[in-house]
Amino acid sequence: MKNIDSKSHVRGESIYLDDIPLVQGTLYACVFDSPVAHGRLKSVRTAEAETSDGVVRVITAKDIVGENQIGGVVPDEPLLADDEVHFQGMPIAIVLAESEELARKAAKKITANIEPLEPVLDPRIAAANGDLIVPPKRFKLGDSDAAFERCDHVFEGRADVNGQEHLYIETQGAYALPSENGGLKVYSSTQGPTAVQRTVCRVTGLAMHEVEVDVQRLGGGFGGKEDQANAWAAICAVGVQLTKRPVKYALHRMEDMRMTGKRHPYSADYRIGLDKDLKIFAYEVTFYQNAGASADLSPPVLERTLFHCTNSYFVPNVSATAYSCRTNLPPNTAFRGFGGPQGMFVIESAIAHAAEKLGVKPADIQRANLIDNGDEFPYGQIAESDAITTWKQGDSKYDYAALQREADEFNASSKYFKKGVAMMPVCFGISFTKTPMNQARSLVHIYTDGSVAVSTGAVEMGQGVNTKMAQVAAEMFGLPIEKVRLHTTNTLRIANTSPTAASAAADLNGKATQMACEAIRDRLLEIAKPLVEAENVSDLSLHDGFVHRNGERTSLDFNTLVMDAHLQRVNLSEHAHYATPGIKFDWETARGHPFAYHVYGTAIVGVTVDCLRGRYEIDYVKCCHDFGSSMNTSVDYGQIEGGIVQGIGWMTIEEVFYDADGRLRSNALSTYKVPDIYSIPKEIAILPLETSRENLAVFNSKAVGEPPLMYGIGAYFAIRNAIKAYRENSPPGLRRVADASAAGWSADGVVLSFDAPFTPERVLLNLYK
Amino acid sequence: MIPFILNNEDIATDLPAGTTVLDFVRYRKNLKGTKIGCREGDCGACTILVGELKDSRVAYRTMTSCLMPLANAAGKHIVTVEGINPQNGSLTPVQQAMVDESGTQCGFCTVGFVMSLTGFCIDDSEKTSEMAVSSIDGNICRCTGYKSIERAAEIVRRQLAEGGRQFVPEYFDTVYARLAKMRDATILTETRTAAVISNIVAGGTDVYVQKPDALPETKSSHVFYDDTLRGISDDGSFVEIGASTTVTDLLESPDMRSIFPDLYKHLKLVSSTPIRNMATLAGNFVNASPIGDMTVWFLALDADIIFNNGREMPLRKLYIDYKKLAKTDQEFIQTIRFRKPLEDFRFNFEKVCKRTYLDIASVNTAISLTVESTPGPGWIPPALSISDLGFGIADLDEADHKIRNPKSQIPYQQNRVDYKILSAHVSCGGVAPIPLYLKETSEFLRGQQLNAQTIADANEIMQAEISPISDVRGSADYKRLLLRQLFRAHFVELFDFDSTAAA
Repeated sequence: MKNIDSKSHVRGESIYLDDIPLVQGTLYACVFDSPVAHGRLKSVRTAEAETSDGVVRVITAKDIVGENQIGGVVPDEPLLADDEVHFQGMPIAIVLAESEELARKAAKKITANIEPLEPVLDPRIAAANGDLIVPPKRFKLGDSDAAFERCDHVFEGRADVNGQEHLYIETQGAYALPSENGGLKVYSSTQGPTAVQRTVCRVTGLAMHEVEVDVQRLGGGFGGKEDQANAWAAICAVGVQLTKRPVKYALHRMEDMRMTGKRHPYSADYRIGLDKDLKIFAYEVTFYQNAGASADLSPPVLERTLFHCTNSYFVPNVSATAYSCRTNLPPNTAFRGFGGPQGMFVIESAIAHAAEKLGVKPADIQRANLIDNGDEFPYGQIAESDAITTWKQGDSKYDYAALQREADEFNASSKYFKKGVAMMPVCFGISFTKTPMNQARSLVHIYTDGSVAVSTGAVEMGQGVNTKMAQVAAEMFGLPIEKVRLHTTNTLRIANTSPTAASAAADLNGKATQMACEAIRDRLLEIAKPLVEAENVSDLSLHDGFVHRNGERTSLDFNTLVMDAHLQRVNLSEHAHYATPGIKFDWETARGHPFAYHVYGTAIVGVTVDCLRGRYEIDYVKCCHDFGSSMNTSVDYGQIEGGIVQGIGWMTIEEVFYDADGRLRSNALSTYKVPDIYSIPKEIAILPLETSRENLAVFNSKAVGEPPLMYGIGAYFAIRNAIKAYRENSPPGLRRVADASAAGWSADGVVLSFDAPFTPERVLLNLYK
Repeated sequence: MIPFILNNEDIATDLPAGTTVLDFVRYRKNLKGTKIGCREGDCGACTILVGELKDSRVAYRTMTSCLMPLANAAGKHIVTVEGINPQNGSLTPVQQAMVDESGTQCGFCTVGFVMSLTGFCIDDSEKTSEMAVSSIDGNICRCTGYKSIERAAEIVRRQLAEGGRQFVPEYFDTVYARLAKMRDATILTETRTAAVISNIVAGGTDVYVQKPDALPETKSSHVFYDDTLRGISDDGSFVEIGASTTVTDLLESPDMRSIFPDLYKHLKLVSSTPIRNMATLAGNFVNASPIGDMTVWFLALDADIIFNNGREMPLRKLYIDYKKLAKTDQEFIQTIRFRKPLEDFRFNFEKVCKRTYLDIASVNTAISLTVESTPGPGWIPPALSISDLGFGIADLDEADHKIRNPKSQIPYQQNRVDYKILSAHVSCGGVAPIPLYLKETSEFLRGQQLNAQTIADANEIMQAEISPISDVRGSADYKRLLLRQLFRAHFVELFDFDSTAAA
C-alpha cells in the first residue's frame, strides 16, 4: 500500500501553503528582525518603509490589538520585540505590501536603535547565572551516592552535542483571510493547528470559535512546525485584523533559518560506575539544555531527555538532573526525538568512555546492561522489553562479531582508510509525556453515494498518517482505499487537537478513526441484518464492498446498504474520541507510567574514515526494529530509512554554527549541509521484529516516526572507533597524553572529547591531535 | 521581448530579462509544481529541463530555475513538471518508479527529483547506475533518506536499457522545428553599452545567490548563450576556452578528458549536475570567491585570461584582494587559455568540505607537475619529524591502493623509479582572501627530487604563504592542517607506489 498522496506528489499537483490560490487584495508580509542577539530596543524607525512603494502598513509591538505574547508552555515570548531583543532574528516589525518584492524592499528600510547587551550563548554560563526557563527537573532511582562506593570502576566526563536545523524543504508560512464578523480563516504550515488557533486568538483578542485553522499538508515538519509555526500565523492574523485584507507570509529560506529555533544543543556531565562484570551499577548525569531565548517547548523536551537518559539499559541507581538554560539563541524547539536523542548520546558517550578505559568493546557493556522484562525505568514504569530480543535477532542476522572482525582485518592492512563499527540499541517511549495531550478525535462521514470522508487531528507531513487513516477506514468498511478520502486538518471539524508529534498521531487518531468507523459500521450492520436475513449482527461483516454473512458474500453491496440506511434515517456520520488508557505521570514524585509502550531496536553501524583527508563514508546501518504489527510496511520502512539518515546527519555533517556574537552563520543551504544522496549509508538493512502485546496502537501497530533517528547516533561512535584504529596503528611518537582534565579518552592515551557532530573538521583534528 | 517555449506553449514576454524563470513559471504562469526550497541552487526543488538547439536536435539539461534569468531562456525549451505530465492523468515511467519505490514522502522535493531523472532519460549521459544517481546529485530530500529514490533511479535506468518506453510527451517531437523557427528572432540584439558591460550575468549561479532582489531590476548583459564566448579548442600547443563555457562543457569535452584522465572524479566534487550545467568558467573566476573550485583548478594550470579589449594576463594576477580584481569595469573575460602539457604531466585536484559533494570547500587545492623519471630505488621517506608530518607520505599499502583505484591497471608492485620535478604549479582556496597561486611553493618544487623531505619542506613554505581565518567552513587551525593533508594527498594520488617494503 503506497502513500495515497504519491501520485499527486510526483505530478506536482499536491497543494502546499505557497500553492493556495490567492484571494484578490492579498497583502504580503515581511518581517524586520533583530540584527543582534541581545540588546535594549530604544526605538524603531519605520518612516521610510511606510512611504516605500506599495506598502500598506507597518506594524510594531504597540499596534497589536490582543496580547503581544506567543509563548505556549511559558508566557515568555513576545510576538514582536518591545523593550528588549533576545536573539538575532527576533521579529521587531512587520511590513505589509502589495507584493512580496515590495514588502521585502520596504523591510530593508527599517532601522532599529538597539543598545547592545552581552549575549549569553553557553548554557552552563546561563545556569551559573541562575537563568533557567523552569526549575531543574530530577529523576532518581535507587541510591547512586551509595552505589558509586561499591563500583569496581567509576568514570566521569563531559559530553556535548550540538543542535540541528530542521530543514524541512518547505519553509514556514501562513495565509490569513478575514471572515464574517471579525473572524479569521488561517491556512498554516503547522503540525499544531490548535496551537496556531490559540496563538492567533491571543494576539488578536478573538475567541477560538472565531478562528478557523486549516492545514492541507506540510512539506516536512520534523518538529520544526510544532510551536514554531505559530508566529507566522499570528503575524498574518495581526495583519488581517489591522488592514481587513488577506495577508500571506511564506518565509524565505534565510529568514526561516535565522528566525526559528532548532534542536537543542546540550552539554552534560556524567559519572558512570560499573562492577567487574561490566554491569552498570550507578549513573549520574547533569544536563544543561540550551533552550534559547524563550521557553517554546524546552520544558517538555528537557523532560524527555530525562526519560531517555538510560536509553535501553537497566541501571539500578540513577540520579539525573536537567537544567533548561536561557540563552540568546532563537528559542530551540521540538525535533524528531524531542530531547531523547541528546539523553541517549550522553550515556552512549559514558559507555564508550568506560569501554575505552577498560579495554573492552562498548558493545560488551551495552549487551550486559540491556533492560529486561520487569526491570524498572528511572521514572517508575516497568519495562515490557524487547531490547534483548532486538539485539539478539539483529546480532544473529547481521553478526556483529563478524562485521567487527572484517573491520579489524581491513584496518590491519590499510594505512589511510580505517573502518569503525558500533552497536546502537534504542528504546523510545511512546505517548506525550504530558498525559492530557494523549487524546484525539476523528470525524467520519459516509455520503449517500458510498464515498467516505475522514477528518482527524493529525497533520500529513510526509509520514503517511493520512494513508494509515485511510487504511483504517477502508479496513473497517471493507472498501477499496480509493473510496476513502482524507480531508484537511481543520479546527472547525476537529477541535482541541494535540499537535502531530511524539510519533503518536497515527496511534491516537487511528484509534479514534477506528472507533468512529466501528460505530457507523455497527449501525449499518443493524440495517443489513433483516435485508440479508441474518440471525445476529455478529454474523455479519463488510468486505470487498459487500455485506458478508458468516464469511460468505451476500448480494447486498455497500452502496445499497448506505442508501437504505440513509432512507431509514440512520446517522451515517460519527465523531469519535480516543484517550490512551492506563498512562499517568506525577512530576511531584517524578514517577508513574507515562508511556503506553516503548519501541525497541538495535542497529549496527559501519563506517570508513579517510584518515588522509578526514572525511568518511557510512558503509551500512543494519537494524532489527520492533514494529509491533506494521500497518504499512512501505510507509514504515520509509520512516526508518529517513530517520536513520536524519540521525546520521545530526551526528556527522550538520553543524549549527553561531559566532561569538550569537549570529547564525550556518544560515542557508550553502553553509548548513544535510545529507545528500552521496552521504547516506551504502546499505540500510531492516529486520522487522513482529511483537505482540496488549498495549499497542491501532491494529497492533507501533509508532515509528522518531525511534529510528537514534540509530544514527551509532555513526558517531563508529567514526570514533575508526579514528582510534588509526591512532593505535600510528607511529608511537605520535601518541601523546594531552590535558588529562579534558573529557574523553582513546586507547593511545590521547584525549578525544565527546563532542558531536563529528564534522570532517573534528575528525581530522582528532586524527592528528 | 523574450521568446521561448514553456512546456507546449510559445511564450514571448516583456518582463525584465533578469526575472528568474522560477518566479515566472510559478507566479506568472501559475505552474505550481515547481517548488521553492532555497533560492540558491542548493536544494533542487525548482529543477527544470532546458532544451537547446544543438546540431540537428534539441539537447536537454537540468537547471535550477531559481538562479536562471529569463534572458537565458530565450530561444530555449523550458520544461516544468506540467510539461511532462501525461494528459490523461497517468504517470511517466519516472513518476511511476518514484511511486512504486515510495520515493516520495512529504512530496515537496519530489518534482525536482522527477525532473532530474527525466533529464537523465533524455540527455546524452551514459546510462549507468552511477550516472543515474549523479543526475539527482543536486536534489535534497529531507524525508526519505534517499534509499527509495536510489531504487527508483535504478528501475528507470533498467527501463531505459530495455527501451520502448515514452519518458516525455509526444509534443517534444515538435520542439526542434519550433525552436529553429525562433532562432533567428533570438540572436542577441542587445548592444553592449558601458552600462550593461559593468553588469554581466552568465550562468547566474553565484550572482543570483548574492543579489537575488536587485537583479530583476538591474540592466545587465546576459552572455550565457553568447556563442562567441563558448567552446573549447585545442591547437596542439594551447587549449582555449570561451568564457561562458560551463563546467559540464568541460566535463564532456574530449580534449579536456584526454588531458585530465580523472576529470569526472574531480569535477564531481564541484557543485551538482544542474549547477555544473549553468556555472561558467569565467563566472567562477570573476566572482573571485577565495574557494572557487574552477579558479583553483585553472590557477594550477597557470592559465592566462584574455579580455574583450585584447589585454592578456595570467589568471594569478587577476586577484588583488578579497573580491578585488585587476580589471576595469569595462573589461570582461573573453577567453581562457592554457599551455597544453606535453611531457609527463600529472594533475590532481583535492577538495574537502562538510559534505563531500554539493558543498563549498573548506579547503581546495590543485597541482600540476611535469616530471622526469629515471630507474632508481624509488621514493623512500626519510625519518620524519612527527610534529611536522605525522606519518610517511608514501607508505600506501596494497589495500589502500585497491580501494582508491578499483579500476587501476597499474600493478601494485611496480618497478621503482625516481622522479624529478621539472615544473610545478600549486594553488589552493579557502586559506587566504583570494584564490591563491602558491608562488613560493611552486618555485621551490621545481627541480627537486620527489621524496618525503621535499614534500615536508614544501609544506613549510606553503604554510607561510597562507593566512586562513576561522569561519563557518572551519577554524584557521583546521584549514592549515587540512591543506597540509591535501597537499600530501596530491602525491599519494599522483605517485601511487609502495615504499614501505623498500624502507
